[in-house]
Amino acid sequence: MLREGQVRIPSGCAISGFINKKGVRISGTDIINSIAIMKERGNGLGGGFAAYGIYPDRKDWYAFHLFFDDIKAKEDTEHFLNQNFEILESEVIPTRKVSSIQNSPIVWRYFVKPLEKRLRDAEKTEEDFVVDSVMFINSRIEGAYVFSSGKNMGAFKGVGYPEDIGEFFRIDEYKAYIWTAHSRFPTNTPGWWGGAHPFTLLDWSIVHNGEISSYGTNYRYLEMFGYKCTLRTDTEVMAYLFDLLLRKHKLSVEIAAKALAAPFWSVIDRQSEQEREKLRAIRAVYASCLVNGPFSIILGFSNGILALNDRIKLRPLVAAQKGDFVYVASEESAIREICKDPEKVWMPKGGEPVYVTLDEGVIV
Amino acid sequence: MADKQKLTIDAKGIHYKELNEMIENALNEGYKEIDLINVNGQRYIGDGLTFPDRKLNIYGTPGNDLAAFMNGLTIEVFANGQDGIGNTMNAGKIIVHGSAGDIIGYGMRGGEIFIKGDVGYRVGIHMKEYQDKIPVLVVGGKAGDFLGEYMAGGRIIVLGLTLKDGEPITGLYCGTGMHGGVMYLRGELQPYQLGKEVKVVDMEEEDYKFIDKYVTEFVKLFGYSKEYIMSKPFYKLIPYNKRPYGKLYAY
Repeated sequence: MLREGQVRIPSGCAISGFINKKGVRISGTDIINSIAIMKERGNGLGGGFAAYGIYPDRKDWYAFHLFFDDIKAKEDTEHFLNQNFEILESEVIPTRKVSSIQNSPIVWRYFVKPLEKRLRDAEKTEEDFVVDSVMFINSRIEGAYVFSSGKNMGAFKGVGYPEDIGEFFRIDEYKAYIWTAHSRFPTNTPGWWGGAHPFTLLDWSIVHNGEISSYGTNYRYLEMFGYKCTLRTDTEVMAYLFDLLLRKHKLSVEIAAKALAAPFWSVIDRQSEQEREKLRAIRAVYASCLVNGPFSIILGFSNGILALNDRIKLRPLVAAQKGDFVYVASEESAIREICKDPEKVWMPKGGEPVYVTLDEGVIV
Repeated sequence: MADKQKLTIDAKGIHYKELNEMIENALNEGYKEIDLINVNGQRYIGDGLTFPDRKLNIYGTPGNDLAAFMNGLTIEVFANGQDGIGNTMNAGKIIVHGSAGDIIGYGMRGGEIFIKGDVGYRVGIHMKEYQDKIPVLVVGGKAGDFLGEYMAGGRIIVLGLTLKDGEPITGLYCGTGMHGGVMYLRGELQPYQLGKEVKVVDMEEEDYKFIDKYVTEFVKLFGYSKEYIMSKPFYKLIPYNKRPYGKLYAY
């Protein structure tokens, strides 16, 4: 066996995603082709997708996607769900046999709503109740892991190259108006199904290329608000940071982006007085949300996408637009593979968000 | 070796390893010029090749590390480029009829790169020179942060032809850690944009002579008016010191 030092894996992660601003849903074939072009960026230890608009006939129900190590974990989880949720459907997530995908856990999905009585007893909002339930299952039920918990959206992920994971989960059979994808090269963790991207909570999903050196600071801060980082992998904190800032603290996406990729103090000092005061306040209040280290991310949510780089752009990010479609990816070729002649192609600056939402009035 | 003129290779769906083998085989067979069509994302094209009198024409978006360690070959790209073009290249010429990504000319040791449009972050980082091996990088548009970071030699020319009103020609930290080489910018920088190790000095006749040669070439390649380009002042950036960190660890 080759030891460390004798083998080099020249790769970094890849991300890709797009949105149709009119809410038109298209099959997952394109996103697979896009991420597959960047094969050299991953090493087959993780691939995944997030898709929005895939369960239109059950869109008022939370779609819980779960990994189970064994039947015991499934029974324990179902016992918990039965006590707390109304369950519309419980079904296996359809998969195909793919020779390169081995040792898959049991993959199951439930369409659920919190029981009225439980919500009243807990004195929580519905969304907080769902978050608490996800945290409970992931940290307390041995061998069970919720990897997707939003409405009318879903994550699909596992250990393998993304094109194989896409084949495994039959991604081509789903239709979505937002797709994001990830190809993984794990650096600090061994590469497990739950540790593949996207990371999700409610309808937030995140795919990430990079390495978060502020992980410790970020996760201690998140713990104070009840988030449990069970995976010890850096990207998880980013999903919870966005849930905290956007959903609970109701910040605008622009301000959340400034908290995560905060401008340097020297840059802040050169702004107009009003802007300066605003940026100083964000850095002071949300110091522990500053995400340090190299990153490029795509955040997906029901209404749109946000792509963001770290402030000194230590990871690549390209954006393009054609008609109602906006694309973002680690490499331009990943966009050109599915959009031959974009009207506009640009490279966002470090810390400069690409924020795209559905057109006003579009209902999905 | 037979003198063969031109070959077309369709790169559609071909993995970079196979494509690069096909290119090298064709060059070894004696083809003077190769059109690569339907290129999209294939990495490492032209890497390490030594064919000074031959040319590759790339139609489509080549992948990262185009022409890395290249020793002599002309590559013309009729599209945008990605990251890492000319990484540690020794000789040859690269022409890009579009914009290009980050770390263009990274550690470049010789040869020439012409980019028509803008370039990304960390362009020309740690370029170097030795005797008559002086790499030259010409950018028609603007550059991102960290242009010429740790630059140890070579020449970077940025023309700023794509700038909108009030837009700076480079980002922040221009020339940080620079200790060799020269940058020529056709536009002024604010002091806060400059790295601590770099200073702006007056252009001399020698400098204009040098720039003239490359602007002439740029105009020939991409078709701007030379008078228009030369009508705006250039600023010359050089390092204060050949060893800016010489004392940093000397205790």
